[in-house]
Amino acid sequence: MTALQLVALLAVGVIGTAVVFVPEALRQAFMLGFYGLALTLLFFCFQAPDVALSEIVVSGLGLPVIVLAALRKIRTQEHAREDGDAE
Amino acid sequence: MSRRGRLSLFAVAGTGLLAVLLIGFHGLPRFGDYHGIYGLLVNRVEPAQRRATDIVTALNFDLRAFDTLGEEFILFASVAGVAVILRHLRDEDQDLQRSQGIEDHRFAGASEALRAGSLVLIPLLVALGAYVVFHGALTPGGGFQGGIVLAAGPLAILAAGRYLALKRLAPEWALEALEATGGACYALIGLGGLIFAGVYLRNFLPLGDSGQLLSAGMMPLNSIAVGLEVTGAFLLTWTEFLDQALVVRRGELRR
Repeated sequence: MTALQLVALLAVGVIGTAVVFVPEALRQAFMLGFYGLALTLLFFCFQAPDVALSEIVVSGLGLPVIVLAALRKIRTQEHAREDGDAE
Repeated sequence: MSRRGRLSLFAVAGTGLLAVLLIGFHGLPRFGDYHGIYGLLVNRVEPAQRRATDIVTALNFDLRAFDTLGEEFILFASVAGVAVILRHLRDEDQDLQRSQGIEDHRFAGASEALRAGSLVLIPLLVALGAYVVFHGALTPGGGFQGGIVLAAGPLAILAAGRYLALKRLAPEWALEALEATGGACYALIGLGGLIFAGVYLRNFLPLGDSGQLLSAGMMPLNSIAVGLEVTGAFLLTWTEFLDQALVVRRGELRR
């Protein structure tokens, strides 16, 4: 096992744990992006460039866009509901 | 259930899982010690018989081409499901006329540098995506990977804060058509195999020289078909979600 592979494995373990323990959903989404980067590095180091290429786009762009859109929608609704209560 | 109850339940389940994992890991081959005959066989057969140099693509589009057809349909069905649910959710309370005000909609803090950077990213992403799709049989990548990169190109317009420009550039009907065309093309290429080679999805095109852009028989065509479908599928999913977040206003609130 090369040093780079070891680093990639450790990064996946540490950042993956961090994703779970980050309290707020928005920060969690960003952490998830970093986790995707770590996974990309891992796949690349273990000679799976195909998977690495998919992973970097899906986790760096695909998933965050969907999560951010969902979070924004939820916030808009919460604001609207609070306004409705105030009226 | 109380916290203590949950923790004790986790302790039991966790210990069991740990034991099973340890037993499982114990039987694994050593790191880097590959014993798979299948892999060695594929490595030898595919370059020799199909002139493909990327074995992963050769697996997807030749040896397991039928599996890929199934995956195509899974992607198609799931994206269609997302579109149906999200469009049903909105009370059609959205209309682009009312949203014209957010034509220059910017994300809070979207700077000029970000907008310029996105502009630079678009052609680069499209070029890289097209490269990955076309060289599917030669270098790592292929229809799926290239398709997502291609889809990421237009999405950079969103990062530039111009979501409605993105919607004009890639309207929903065009994305739906793109996705459906890609899926249909893959199935039709398979039908070509049935007609000209006697077996569904069997290669029926000349193989060419290994390493050339037009080689490996029908793999480049398969790759392009999958690339089209994946580009359409991802852009459509993003558009549906972003519509909900940015355009639809208080749609389902009054339900």
